[in-house]
Amino acid sequence: MRISLDTDVCIGAGQCALLSPDVFTQDDDGFGTVVPGHPDEPEGPLVREAARACPVGAITLAEA
Amino acid sequence: MTTEAVAFPQNRTCPYHPPAAYDSLRDERPLSRVTLWDGREVWLVTGHRTARTLLADQRLSTDSTRDDFPLPTERAASVRRRRRAALLGWDDPEHNTQRRMLIPSFSLKRTDGMRPRIQATVDRLLDDMEAAGPQAELVSAFALPVPSIVICDLLGVPYEDHEFFEEQSRRLLRGPTAADTEDALARLEGYLGDLLDGKQAKAGEGVLDDLVARQKLEGRPGRDELVELATILLVAGHETTANMISLGTYALLSHPERLAELRASPELLPTAVEELLRFLSIADGMLRVAREDVEVDGEVIRAGDGVVFSTSLINRDGSAYADPDTLDWARPARHHVGFGFGIHQCLGQNLARAELEIALGTLLRRLPGLRLAVPAEDIPFKPGDTIQGLLELPVTW
Repeated sequence: MRISLDTDVCIGAGQCALLSPDVFTQDDDGFGTVVPGHPDEPEGPLVREAARACPVGAITLAEA
Repeated sequence: MTTEAVAFPQNRTCPYHPPAAYDSLRDERPLSRVTLWDGREVWLVTGHRTARTLLADQRLSTDSTRDDFPLPTERAASVRRRRRAALLGWDDPEHNTQRRMLIPSFSLKRTDGMRPRIQATVDRLLDDMEAAGPQAELVSAFALPVPSIVICDLLGVPYEDHEFFEEQSRRLLRGPTAADTEDALARLEGYLGDLLDGKQAKAGEGVLDDLVARQKLEGRPGRDELVELATILLVAGHETTANMISLGTYALLSHPERLAELRASPELLPTAVEELLRFLSIADGMLRVAREDVEVDGEVIRAGDGVVFSTSLINRDGSAYADPDTLDWARPARHHVGFGFGIHQCLGQNLARAELEIALGTLLRRLPGLRLAVPAEDIPFKPGDTIQGLLELPVTW
């Protein structure tokens, strides 16, 4: 699964990092970012939950 | 669909349940029509999926200075028709510029870093309460001072001024008259303007000091904008959380089994806080106006139509939450709209989560005998036209 997060859209709510901390974190300025080298087989359901929880739809998931 | 529209907002009958007067609206999900104080009919969104769709739709505006913006009380109209609040009163791109200045100050890392100081504050207030006990009025002894001290600390506002700004916030949000609301806003802005001017000369370490430093460097935000930002941060930063602590405690005391589960398994706290945010829905009425026609669920919201979101009914939508009127730590409550949704979702939500986890968790741990000091039905709560919460909460232990 290819996971991307649009930092220009992000409002720093932190929902992604709370729900799926292996895959998402916040940078020093509080904006969401995908953890570099996150597990290859991330917890699919949690990542989907995180994408759904994002209040501004900043997360895009694409099946590889 | 020509039945008479229900009036909005209504008072709750139980402080933690949606007003009984909305019962008929629950069957009409996801959209109903309601009448505001000025006789205007607007849409009321009550369905969870529809609410998330519409709150994320930027064709709906939060600009309260538009003539067609729905305002729920004469008080709110007297202030917000002329001047909009910072952040919440603006659409993008202006909103985005303001929000991005503040996002770093409310990041997960920053709010996690505040946990030790929040814990110390909670411990100190409970020490005082215990020393004066075994009885207390929990709103004034605990629920209000916790977030008030924390937001002062974060913003760089002297807590010794708390009686002044708490009183003006109360008048701003609850009046009783439009004149009160206008006067309270003027006083708050005057106070914060003076405080910010002082920070020009001598900077401290709070978020307001950071904004002043940014102004010196970049010329923005201007003084008026800075004062407006400070006002909303200070008011939203203490009133809302105070209501969650008092009403959350009351809801727990009214649900002894849930309370016992939480005492036995404190690791449930983060989940319980999320469920309480869903269940209590203290900010019960988010407001928008359509800038253009928006089609949703087979209805067309016309340009200029007012749209009000009933947080409590949205968070009790049975198609999103099984058995929605039950308080249940096992349910996934995460997708509630207690903090809103879309670009305006609460800036301080993770600070609120930290405060609620620490305040409620410590209160339950330290006072195992905590109970109401008067019958539950005698506890006074706030009317429906403001943020929901208790006026007083007499407890003993």
